[in-house]
Amino acid sequence: MARRPGTGYLGVVVRRGSTRGLDWRLGPAESGLLGHLAYSQRLTVRSRTERNWLGPSPSWAPQADLFSPRSSHSGGKLTLLCDAKTDGSFLVHHFLSFYLKANCKVCFVALIQSFSHYSIVGQKLGVSLTMARERGQLVFLEGLKSAVDVVFQAQKEPHPLQFLREANAGNLKPLFEFVREALKPIDSGEARWTYPVLLVDDLSVLLSLGMGAVAVLDFIHYCRATVCWELKGNMVVLVHDSGDAEDEENDILLNGLSHQSHLILRAEGLATGFCRDVHGQLRILWRRPSQPTVHRDQSFTYQYKIQDKSVSFFAKGMSPAVL
Amino acid sequence: MAAAATCGSVAASTGSAVATASKNNVTSFQRRGRRASGTNDSGPRLVSITGTRPSVRNGQLLVSTGLPALDQLLGGGLAVGTVLLIEEDKYNIYSPLLFKYFLAEGIVNGHTLLVASAKEDPANILQELPAPLLDDKCKKEFDEDVYNHKTPESNIKMKIAWRYQLLPKMEQIGPVSSSRFGHYYDASKRMPQELIEASNWHGFFLPEKISSTLKVEPCSLTPGYTKLLQFIQNIIYEEGFDGSNPQKKQRNILRIGIQNLGSPLWGDDICCAENGGNSHSLTKFLYVLRGLLRTSLSACIITMPTHLIQNKAIIARVTTLSDIVVGLESFIGSERETNPLYKDYHGLIHIRQIPRLNNLICDESDVKDLAFKLKRKLFTIECITKLRSYDLRSQIYFLSRHLQRKFSIKKNPYFKEPHTLKKIY
Repeated sequence: MARRPGTGYLGVVVRRGSTRGLDWRLGPAESGLLGHLAYSQRLTVRSRTERNWLGPSPSWAPQADLFSPRSSHSGGKLTLLCDAKTDGSFLVHHFLSFYLKANCKVCFVALIQSFSHYSIVGQKLGVSLTMARERGQLVFLEGLKSAVDVVFQAQKEPHPLQFLREANAGNLKPLFEFVREALKPIDSGEARWTYPVLLVDDLSVLLSLGMGAVAVLDFIHYCRATVCWELKGNMVVLVHDSGDAEDEENDILLNGLSHQSHLILRAEGLATGFCRDVHGQLRILWRRPSQPTVHRDQSFTYQYKIQDKSVSFFAKGMSPAVL
Repeated sequence: MAAAATCGSVAASTGSAVATASKNNVTSFQRRGRRASGTNDSGPRLVSITGTRPSVRNGQLLVSTGLPALDQLLGGGLAVGTVLLIEEDKYNIYSPLLFKYFLAEGIVNGHTLLVASAKEDPANILQELPAPLLDDKCKKEFDEDVYNHKTPESNIKMKIAWRYQLLPKMEQIGPVSSSRFGHYYDASKRMPQELIEASNWHGFFLPEKISSTLKVEPCSLTPGYTKLLQFIQNIIYEEGFDGSNPQKKQRNILRIGIQNLGSPLWGDDICCAENGGNSHSLTKFLYVLRGLLRTSLSACIITMPTHLIQNKAIIARVTTLSDIVVGLESFIGSERETNPLYKDYHGLIHIRQIPRLNNLICDESDVKDLAFKLKRKLFTIECITKLRSYDLRSQIYFLSRHLQRKFSIKKNPYFKEPHTLKKIY
């Protein structure tokens, strides 16, 4: 596994005494959600250097290349967010605020909540969505408002959510056109933004709206070809795992995306039920879909507790409430 | 927290305090979903609408569901712009009650109502609403109810049964004044006619509307759902609940109630067949409804017979598309009716989902096993877990025989019974 000097092997934050180091830029706004892992003695950190790494990025080493915008990265990555029996939207908020802070051009297809919801949470995490939208960094498709417009008034030009008016299951081509238009590099020459990112909140909603799983997989395929390959950007999508509800279309979608993605973050509820101090468990799985599986896929599991402005992670059984 | 601080300031004085605070902290009192007041306003005008209050967590505007106990379990109330989905109990006995409490709360607070049903005429539904409990009339009857209730007073510190003080307190039943947030209703009496006539309500009765020639936009929803969506959108637009109509400055809440959504009476076949032709109709309806609600000052209650839906995947999708999901399970006809654990109650109430609005976390209550009972007049929700602790401190100790003899306490019956020790010795 490629390792960059200056980062820990497991990416677990090691809190040492000194805070010196070029990469130490910790402020209350900088320590984002996933940049705050609790110290645990069980997890041995075989870090090569003394450098501390507590920054806004999720500090797991192999992805430090991926998430740090300063380094060059070859080709985009698809990150799959999945939640089962719990709400995984905190991951979406994290990635949105993370990429906006990293000065990337973000196209956010928000199908399940309104703009003000994301902007209020974004403000808690230190980004202002309204300002990002004004200066052109963020292109926001508000699914709920657009759906009302599409359903009640006939639209003249093709609308990204055109399929809502059609009786039989169509395809998501207008939505893909919207994404491509939003993320295409402007010809002015100046590179204001580092690389484009596509965020989709809740692909499972598209299934509820009458799209087939194959149509949604096609849409993701086209988006990957454009955003990840052509524009060298990243993609983050959220899919719900229906578990034992036997949602076949959802299972097809989830399995298809799992095989295509480079990083899978799976937020699960605890198997033992509700707990006030531990809200769930996050499983992290790295994959290399393009290469043959020479190395085994890396997987970690952390338990988390969501607080008002951040999320704290700890190893299983090491919740501060229990210790 | 900033939200809590500004909460206090607004309670004192609206206007300038909020305006200055809003420059730095625009988030706390934006009435979410109101298109007229965008987040770029110079100062959010916090107009106090009767029957609403801001949530302490994030300043969200809340309305009461009609049951103060349910409000407490939902974290203060139902947020404006969201959907409360009630999964009906098997014989549809208790879910109409919750539906009627919601509407009655709207009438008492002066909100506009929109009642949609495929089974009953909305006018008949409104005639059967429960009467609100007012201040002096029923105070005497309630005193005896409260007396029988074993709720401990909070200012008496318990010495022996100290663990009971840690039990979560459910609502205290008492008389009500009209300026309160949640009201109590007398299920045995009807709402007075003059209150109903003074209220502004709109009814949607499907058999009447399905034959009328309302212009229908092409959509893949069943015609019943399409007509209902158009009706709701018309009311919202014409009465100015979404702020888009410059003439109508509406400062009221629209309470929408839809009964038995998804049942075959609405023309939907998800309760009849597993893979019907219209399997996406209901979810599309809920999605567009969500879009309508998020951009207007309204709150919606939907009762749905989920136990009849054949395809379990649809229930999961419906749950994702609704904000609050409450399931009712009544004991009638089930084996639990004779279970001694449940002898005081009529059914279980499950809070399946609570939304995270404008926030990373939500106010989930710790109490998970809740039961309801419909007494002669009131509908109450209680926690049924008896206090059971496996901690060392509350183990029961017997004094062993030789100690009894040594201290000659055979004669004293007090020491022969098991007692609870207060602390580890």
